[in-house]
Amino acid sequence: MHRFANPARFMRVSQKLLPWLATITVLFLVAGLVLSFLAPPDYQQGESVRIMFVHVPSAWMAMCAYTSLALASAAALIWRHPLAEIAAEETAPLGAVFTGLCLVSGSLWGEPMWGTWWAWDARMTSVLVLFFLYLGYMALLNAFDDPTRGRRAAAILALVGFVNVPIIKYSVDWWNTLHQPASVLRMGGPTIDPSILWPLLVMAVAFTLLFVTLLVIRMRAALIERKIRVLDAAASGALG
Amino acid sequence: MSFSTWVQMGGYAIFVWPAYGIAAAALGLLAGGTIRRYRMAQRRLAEMTATRRGEDA
Repeated sequence: MHRFANPARFMRVSQKLLPWLATITVLFLVAGLVLSFLAPPDYQQGESVRIMFVHVPSAWMAMCAYTSLALASAAALIWRHPLAEIAAEETAPLGAVFTGLCLVSGSLWGEPMWGTWWAWDARMTSVLVLFFLYLGYMALLNAFDDPTRGRRAAAILALVGFVNVPIIKYSVDWWNTLHQPASVLRMGGPTIDPSILWPLLVMAVAFTLLFVTLLVIRMRAALIERKIRVLDAAASGALG
Repeated sequence: MSFSTWVQMGGYAIFVWPAYGIAAAALGLLAGGTIRRYRMAQRRLAEMTATRRGEDA
């Protein structure tokens, strides 16, 4: 794992991979968008069901990004690997955006279907907590004069906060909520009609690819910025 | 189905279009900001490398 997590190797491999990744991402986003408007309206929810094609993939990405953040934070804490640190730091803003998008699109879906923009039900509240965990992680990173202490404190918060991910997933089973029980990722297979399921899955793949592409670009940018800081420090040293 | 009927989204247009608009804006800004940061970092590194090469020469 350490061999593959080498920053120089990451820069080489990601440079080759990035154009392909970006192209496939755009293709999937276009396909997902087209399919989400070609899907038939739901027999109960009508055309408002189209919000699902943005809301559900955002929710999945919010949880996937947090899982990645927790794994990268664990790797950074255990092995103190710079690439894991960078991966965690660059995952947090992406996860926060997807979580914010999930909350806003959910609110826009909730008003016509439930008659309310917001309710303190278990699923919505736990996703809001996830959003605050992302914000807290980013705030902690920059809260210390010593960046190492900031990274460590943020990594511990990321690991402790991971307990919220299964709570989000199973909140609809453990408590009575406005949300329906799991209908895609469940034992026994999805209960959604294929005409709606396929656009949803294509959009989910598109959001995942977008997340991976942006994460790779952000990690590359962060590695270059680190190199710039080292060169700056060397230049200041030479001048001093 | 006519274009105007499609745009009305069965009466849910004020919910459906903002959901897609906000998603496009948020993800577009995120992607734009990420690419801009990456290009700026690349440019700055290229400038610094060129300056160092000039000094060494």
